Amino acid sequence: MDGYTQAFFPAAELPQDQPVNLSRRGMLGAALGALVLGVALPSRAARAQQAAAPAATPGSRVLAFLEIRADGSVLLKSPFIEGGQGIDTAMAQIVGEELDADPARFVVECAPPGPDYALVNGMRITGGSFSTRSSYPVMRQLGAKARHMLIQAAATRLGVPAESLATEPGRVIHAASGRTLDYGALAAEAAALPVPDSAPLRAEKDFRYIGKPVARLDVRAKSTGKATYTIDLTAEGMLQAAVQHAPRLGCEPGAIANETAVRDMPGVHSIHRLPGAVAVVADRWWRARRAVEALEVTWNGPAADARNVLAADFSSQGMRAALAAAPGPGNAAETEGDAAAALRSAARTIEATYDAPYLAHGQLEPPSTIARWNADGTLDLWLPNQAPEMYQSVAAKLAGLAPEQVRIHSPLLGGFFGRHFLYDAASPFPQAIQLAKAVGRPVKLIWSREEEFLRDGFRPMGLARFRAGIGADGLPIALDVEAMGEGPAGRYFGTQPGAADPTVVEGISGKPYAIPNRRVAHVPVKHPAVIGFWRSVGHSMNDYFYETFFDEMAEAGGQDPYALRLRLLAEKPRHKALLEAVGELSGGWKRGPYDAADGTRRARGVAMASPFGSEVATIAEVSLKDGEVVVHDVWVAIDPGSIVNPAIIAAQVNSAVALGLSSALLEEVVYEGGVPQARNFDGYPILPPGRMPRVHVRIVESGAPMGGVGEPGLPGVPPAVVNAVAALTGQRIRSLPLSKARFGAV
Amino acid sequence: MDLTINGVTHSVEAEADTPLLWVIRDLLGMTGTKYGCGVAQCGACTVLVDGQATRSCVTPLESVAGQSVTTIEAIEQDPVGRRVVEAWVTGQVAQCGYCQSGQVMAATALLQQTPQPSDEDIAAAMTNLCRCGTYNAIAAAVRQAAAQG
Repeated sequence: MDGYTQAFFPAAELPQDQPVNLSRRGMLGAALGALVLGVALPSRAARAQQAAAPAATPGSRVLAFLEIRADGSVLLKSPFIEGGQGIDTAMAQIVGEELDADPARFVVECAPPGPDYALVNGMRITGGSFSTRSSYPVMRQLGAKARHMLIQAAATRLGVPAESLATEPGRVIHAASGRTLDYGALAAEAAALPVPDSAPLRAEKDFRYIGKPVARLDVRAKSTGKATYTIDLTAEGMLQAAVQHAPRLGCEPGAIANETAVRDMPGVHSIHRLPGAVAVVADRWWRARRAVEALEVTWNGPAADARNVLAADFSSQGMRAALAAAPGPGNAAETEGDAAAALRSAARTIEATYDAPYLAHGQLEPPSTIARWNADGTLDLWLPNQAPEMYQSVAAKLAGLAPEQVRIHSPLLGGFFGRHFLYDAASPFPQAIQLAKAVGRPVKLIWSREEEFLRDGFRPMGLARFRAGIGADGLPIALDVEAMGEGPAGRYFGTQPGAADPTVVEGISGKPYAIPNRRVAHVPVKHPAVIGFWRSVGHSMNDYFYETFFDEMAEAGGQDPYALRLRLLAEKPRHKALLEAVGELSGGWKRGPYDAADGTRRARGVAMASPFGSEVATIAEVSLKDGEVVVHDVWVAIDPGSIVNPAIIAAQVNSAVALGLSSALLEEVVYEGGVPQARNFDGYPILPPGRMPRVHVRIVESGAPMGGVGEPGLPGVPPAVVNAVAALTGQRIRSLPLSKARFGAV
Repeated sequence: MDLTINGVTHSVEAEADTPLLWVIRDLLGMTGTKYGCGVAQCGACTVLVDGQATRSCVTPLESVAGQSVTTIEAIEQDPVGRRVVEAWVTGQVAQCGYCQSGQVMAATALLQQTPQPSDEDIAAAMTNLCRCGTYNAIAAAVRQAAAQG
């Protein structure tokens, strides 16, 4: 999701009163003077003033974010949703640094919908590896303003000038008299004070929390079963529901042969026909599931005007053929020099076609929603999501309510990886809203893993045609790439006529190598299947396509792939330094093949990627065992510009390596007859512990603008592994996953 | 039937073939044990049955009659479990955390039976899936907990 945040949410989806210009922050901060830091409610006058005031600029109202409790603990209402990426801890570090409060004293929860939290370019999402980098300056200022207000309150209480006061974590100190006041004791008085336009920030050299491996706030709860996810919650008096979807998207339920018998099954409350599904509501989930799966449903063909229909003959194999057959030249995404002319004049040309399959998110928490209609007509929803306002807007339309009548609760996510944006027919909440309305009680609907595999919004299949011209000196002089297909940005937010969808070309365009003549284009081909964002989005396959073809160019020119990269990065000091760093981290570049100490024959591959504002260089070492690729070590040098928590970054790189490797080795959604064939992890294997390599991480802080962390570690992994496989076996694998390939002895 | 969980015997009314997982979660309200796949692939539902790591999503209620079930809720009542939890915290293992109840239970069962496991023992016992890819941190935490045993 690089470079298209403006495209991410169309303007129509945003609340009309929501300012998107962050530069207005200073002006409005003064206008909203009387805010409350503590647990006390605002005074009547303050509330009246707030009511009369214009809508807050995102990030300006301290009260919307911070509550300092009497015991000195700090409740932070975060704009972001914790799903493993460590964002709650990072937010506590950033705010705590400037507030002068230990991050360990923070309790972080996801804020409800509201314009205060639209900190990602005027929008609110948890995704695109945007959270920390987009909110960093605002969250620092929030902490600093709150500290300023606490000092002012202490000055009044002690009758001393504010300038004579300082802070240490959690309290204000008056050095001259030796007196101290805990933040918790000052919160209510600080509440009555105006929020300053701005407050001085701590010098970076004095940071105690930012840049340090501060412990995660959630790790003990997550190690003792106390962390709760949507699927764990209950609403008083609720029933539980399970669904059976039409196997083929677009079909609708017709006759149910055994409805009466199923109604008599234990615990069954009622049976419901829903768009594209049937549901059973019961007292317990297992009973609901057993009953709904017992229903013998005739699925009727799609209505003529149905959206999102998969044809009865749709297959992933057919889709791959359609992508391969799509004619160019497509919509240009990147043009430099004259690739066509340079290809004609090149000493040698090579071409290759690469593809990668549909992928499932496979987050371990199956989707669920609790819907509760209230006596006053409002609706509460607890659901996994990466964009509360967007869910609120859609839920309100479905429920026939105004958005402010829908309360969205955003619990911890049991993994997400892009799963919990809004995709057509891919979320349980519309069904839960309808079922709760029908039965007049709160309903918790859980999708079984099998239903999840049926209705996940998959990472799109992709295919790219490469042509390269190699000069007489062995260096690439021309590169022409056509990337076929459709990306989630174009699908959900549209593209300008004639423009490339960035989620189709990112990782093929935007590469740093000095190849003088280049053309990268997007050839649009619609996916009938529902597609979605998947960790690192277009980069998840495009850097595989590009960096693997890069090795083909190197071979055609008689060049070592690492040396050629270094040479083509001679004018890019940031990238060159990173490539050298990963070489050094791996003990010095060696391609192989060579014999390892344990007797295995091994080789290494290298790849680079520029995802989400960060730079990454990756080396992988592989061998073969029983015809299967074994990945022993992965070395990753990552340059996110500047950092907040090195331990969390290292963990995220480990995580991204695992998912990237899982996709390279194992994962593939296969459609036949319009239906995804795998319905659980037995048919869709994901990386098991036994195939996890050692991961070595070096973090480089170049001082460039802060980039993302959650996704960037992924894109380099598949190409580094596949390049290593080529070095070992001589086989160029141009279609993932590797489990499809057959390897002989080496 | 009577079901003994974490040392407490509960009288539960459920079909005999109801998976133990759903009895624990829906009838007893203990939600630390997770539903991930329902087909014993992922291990998020791992509990101990008479000390053996067991995937509760495919364990019929009737099959545990007279046996002693331990869930993550009681993990810190066991000295080995306490050590495992501390190693998990020290090692900052969790990311999304959804699989970690099952991982902690599997590690506890391993160390109760094999206090000083080899790397092969760890690989054989720790087979639960983690989509966040915390596998290296998990293995390191198991070794850490063993070293402190």
